[in-house]
Amino acid sequence: MSFWNENKRHTYWNPYFGGLMLGLLLILTFYITGRGLGATGGTKSAIVTTVEKVAPSYAKSSDYYAGYYNEKENPMKNWLVFETIGILVGGFLSGALSGRVRWRLQHSPKITSKKRIIFAALGGFLFGLGSQFARGCTSGAALSGASVLSLGGFVTMIFIFGTAYILAYPFRKLWI
Amino acid sequence: MGPLTYYDIISPEWNYVIALIIGFFFGYILEASGFSSSRKLAGVFYGYDFAVIRVFITAVLVAIIGLLYMGYFGLIDYKVLFIHPTFMTSAIVGGIIMGFGFIMGGFCPGTSLTAVAIGKLDGWVFTGGLILGIFFFSLIFPFIEKWYYAGDMGHVKITDYYGISDGVFTFWFAVISVIIFVASSLIKRRVKPIRY
Repeated sequence: MSFWNENKRHTYWNPYFGGLMLGLLLILTFYITGRGLGATGGTKSAIVTTVEKVAPSYAKSSDYYAGYYNEKENPMKNWLVFETIGILVGGFLSGALSGRVRWRLQHSPKITSKKRIIFAALGGFLFGLGSQFARGCTSGAALSGASVLSLGGFVTMIFIFGTAYILAYPFRKLWI
Repeated sequence: MGPLTYYDIISPEWNYVIALIIGFFFGYILEASGFSSSRKLAGVFYGYDFAVIRVFITAVLVAIIGLLYMGYFGLIDYKVLFIHPTFMTSAIVGGIIMGFGFIMGGFCPGTSLTAVAIGKLDGWVFTGGLILGIFFFSLIFPFIEKWYYAGDMGHVKITDYYGISDGVFTFWFAVISVIIFVASSLIKRRVKPIRY
């Protein structure tokens, strides 16, 4: 099928072009909605809705969840949930046009698949936990925050990248 | 004048359609920039691929400058834009925990979603971990609640906090960005290329 162009699999956009496009998208998003982009908010809304369905009494008694149910809107209908669906569709189309869509586990040849899976799970867990402290992840706090000069956005951005750079040496076997 | 939904120039019924479209472009840009690959993302920490920092800083710079100019020209009401609130303690703690997550998992939440979209199994596992991490936070929330709200500084801008003008800050941010771009090219030339 000519739709799947196998030769483009390792061809990505020039990073400065990608950055320009992302910057313009941020401007457009702020211009239309008054807020920035996000990636963890949609997942959080889905969790809040699930907890309400599975354990309604716990949800009502918890300080954390009760705040969401007091709002009239169903959290599942949250803006960020639709945005997250859009991310999946957009990511799929870009990958499909470059022949990158296939089941694959990517890791350094120096580690086993099992080790990659364990660290991906741990990394995701910590990223999810940290994003709740910082009230947003790399997208919601760092990228969107810094775009409007938020102090907290810059602080979180510096601590995400700073911590990862400090840890790069002890964790080098995972990547190089 | 923007923001369009704030001033009811676009009616709220369109909100979710707009969310889908914006998300679509977000996902497309991230994937096309190579962010569905954890090994490409991790390259920024080892000097073999600087795409992350180049895309990220360029995007921030374009957005800062664009939004400030739109504010100056009266195209957007800068005062009503959502400035990410600063709770100093949790901004630092959260950033450190996410730094651990980044170096161990190789993704951040947005990029892991594009990895999920193209069938990367490590992206699926990372996203699974992400869901558990967010859920875990809700369980421990009663114990850390006080801490979570510590250091509340409101919706403060870095320029107001340090008492410098937006223009001067942006100028120096742009200068530092260019230095980082040049330095990244010099470093990449000295680092052994990695195939992935």
